[in-house]
Amino acid sequence: MSIKLKTFLGGIHPPDQKQLSASHRIEDAPLPKRVYLPLTQHIGAPAIARVKVGQKVLKGEKIADSEALICAPIHASISGTVVDIKNHPHPSGSEVPTIIIESDGRDLWFQEPHNGQDPLELGPEEIRGMIREAGIVGLGGAAFPTHVKLSPPEGKPIDAIILNGAECEPYLTADYRLMVEKAKEIVQGLRILLHVLGVERGYIGIEANKPEAISAMSKAASSFPQIEVVSLKVRYPQGAEKQLIKTILNREVPPPPALPLDVGVVVQNVGTAYAIYEAVSLRKPLIERIVTVSGRGIKEPKNLRLRLGTLFAEAIGYCGGFQGKVEKILMGGPMMGLAQYTTRVPVIKGTSGILVLTKEECPQAAEASHCINCGLCVRACPMRLVPSLIGTFCEKGLLEEAEAYHVLDCIECGSCVYVCPAKRHLVHLMKYGKSAILAKKRKQPKA
Amino acid sequence: MPTQDLAAVESIPQTLDMLLTVSASPHIRSEVTVSKIMYTVLLALLPTSLAGVYLFGLSALWVILLGIFGAVATEALIQPLLGKKASVVLDGSAAVTGLLLALTLPPSLPWWMVLCGAALAIILGKAVYGGLGNNPFNPALIARVILLVSWPVHMTRWQSASYLFARSVDATTAATPLGMLKTDGLASLSHLRLLDLFFGYRGGCIGEVSILALLVGAAFLLWKGYITWHIPTSCLAAALLTSGCFWVSNPQQYANPLFHLLTGGLVLGAFFMATDMVTSPITGQGMLIYGAGIGILTIIIRIFGGYPEGTSFAILIMNALCPMIDRYTLPKGFGRSRRRKKNHA
Repeated sequence: MSIKLKTFLGGIHPPDQKQLSASHRIEDAPLPKRVYLPLTQHIGAPAIARVKVGQKVLKGEKIADSEALICAPIHASISGTVVDIKNHPHPSGSEVPTIIIESDGRDLWFQEPHNGQDPLELGPEEIRGMIREAGIVGLGGAAFPTHVKLSPPEGKPIDAIILNGAECEPYLTADYRLMVEKAKEIVQGLRILLHVLGVERGYIGIEANKPEAISAMSKAASSFPQIEVVSLKVRYPQGAEKQLIKTILNREVPPPPALPLDVGVVVQNVGTAYAIYEAVSLRKPLIERIVTVSGRGIKEPKNLRLRLGTLFAEAIGYCGGFQGKVEKILMGGPMMGLAQYTTRVPVIKGTSGILVLTKEECPQAAEASHCINCGLCVRACPMRLVPSLIGTFCEKGLLEEAEAYHVLDCIECGSCVYVCPAKRHLVHLMKYGKSAILAKKRKQPKA
Repeated sequence: MPTQDLAAVESIPQTLDMLLTVSASPHIRSEVTVSKIMYTVLLALLPTSLAGVYLFGLSALWVILLGIFGAVATEALIQPLLGKKASVVLDGSAAVTGLLLALTLPPSLPWWMVLCGAALAIILGKAVYGGLGNNPFNPALIARVILLVSWPVHMTRWQSASYLFARSVDATTAATPLGMLKTDGLASLSHLRLLDLFFGYRGGCIGEVSILALLVGAAFLLWKGYITWHIPTSCLAAALLTSGCFWVSNPQQYANPLFHLLTGGLVLGAFFMATDMVTSPITGQGMLIYGAGIGILTIIIRIFGGYPEGTSFAILIMNALCPMIDRYTLPKGFGRSRRRKKNHA
């Protein structure tokens, strides 16, 4: 290979395990009998229920919203009756207010999707409104309301949009399948984004281990000179926002609270671009998403189009159920995913994968031993931090020191833990340190 | 209520929820462990150990076995006192310390001195600081230096290397090349051939003489990724450069740089002692400074010091400077460096 692929400093190479599900076309899952739609499916203020128990709702009908600036509305993902609004287990680990809808089996639309006006003739403000009303959030996992991300403050010019098709987490193939099967629609979504922000340059970053996706996307983008498909070296966490911007544009986003828009960039996941296409071109709200159901604990790994609110248990059932010694069930990938204590949690907007891992795949965390100063974590850290040192500070409760060594910059990608020979629980320690520091900061102004 | 929810999914065993493990991410880890690193280092020292035994005979084998035994036995005795688990004894770190110590000893050292040294390495070199990971100095070198100042005669009684494996117990004694240089001057070295030095046919410590064997082991460690190029490269380059300066200034008085490279413990130190993870800097930049310091100090001590060899002292001195080097070379953090580094792609 004469072409050197673009990459970033740090990072790791975990086995990608994508072969389990990569070749499976996206399948529509059967209609769920019930859906569980938590009012918290995004970063920001929780939505407020706009329906009552016993009320009949149609697919795509808005059932929750809020006046808050950072919030996204929630829509019924099936037609039927609201049977309850109560606390229900959420993939984040807590219980949150959830609207439960029992299907009437008819799956009727509130408003049938249809081809509307050419989106590129609409005004930016109008499109932003449509994106908000469709309830779109970042589908890569972060679930930040998209319309907010598309409203940069005055004086922060944006000159590039990057679509994130890196999908660097092992096992996950949802974005990959979408790029292979819906390339044109994703490119259309990117064109809408460029139009909304008045930007001339659009990039689609894809890791080099997805040649089919690269060729499909390149073909779809070939007639648009403002869009470039960039092949990225396979390296975790290439899909982390800051690392992606650094790799493609060689710009470094300053530490928090700075955002990508401070260096003139907006990054969106390819799945989000597809959802934007559906919302703006077809007037279809976000009621379903592509989810990779995989892991060696799953009989038939698949990429499913699942209605939001489908229980994990049901999704696992569609894939033939369990096999082997199941150790963990995750929402998301194995590097940053959230371990679940129950299968009764619903698919939410940020659910990119449901992984069922066996004991062999994720052996129980060994007891951590003392740091031997090997420096592997320092070399692996994509944020160029010193995880070994920060971890020790957090462990000893030395929060000021942890902050001085920039624990708040940590993106919790898990690279340090992956390589650590002493098996220290560094991300766990840093998550603790971060939350303790932030809690302290929230208290301070009042004192 | 859970039963109602689960009714929708009869195929899922209801008890399964009880068996799930919940922990913070990440959920997968590499297979590297501390013991794997330690045993790999032991393996990497195998060529050197074999070369030592080949060159110096069975007495060298005894020293090696006693060194390892002494260190592991001391670790086994001391771990309960530190309140640590017995499994730590077999993590390989004590064996590495014992072997490294043995490789820096003369082949004819009395057995009890070897045991003494091994015990000192574990106790004074490591345990008193709280065990593996806490020690500021290389434990094997701490012990070697204590032995050197305690029994200077025994620690500098060398045996000449032989082409033959079989040899009598009362082998001929011979000075090391560096010893000859110190006491008799440059002229006394005229008979030495560089190739002999490279293969190890000279007097010296068990593990320092065969440069060839050391390089084989070092290449293995580099390939495994358990050491990086930074420390050995900067150490050897700095030693070459420093000795080169002296040599250029007066070739009649000072030995040439290649001689310095191939004699004494410089290569052993550069690849296996200075690279000890616990006692070396954590970043590449820090490693370069640290390695260069060792190379320069080694030559300075050799030329101006009272001892003919200075690698052990140089490494220990740089060990002491390590926290300071770390302090000034820690990475600045993503998006924090003033100068934007060029993307290396």
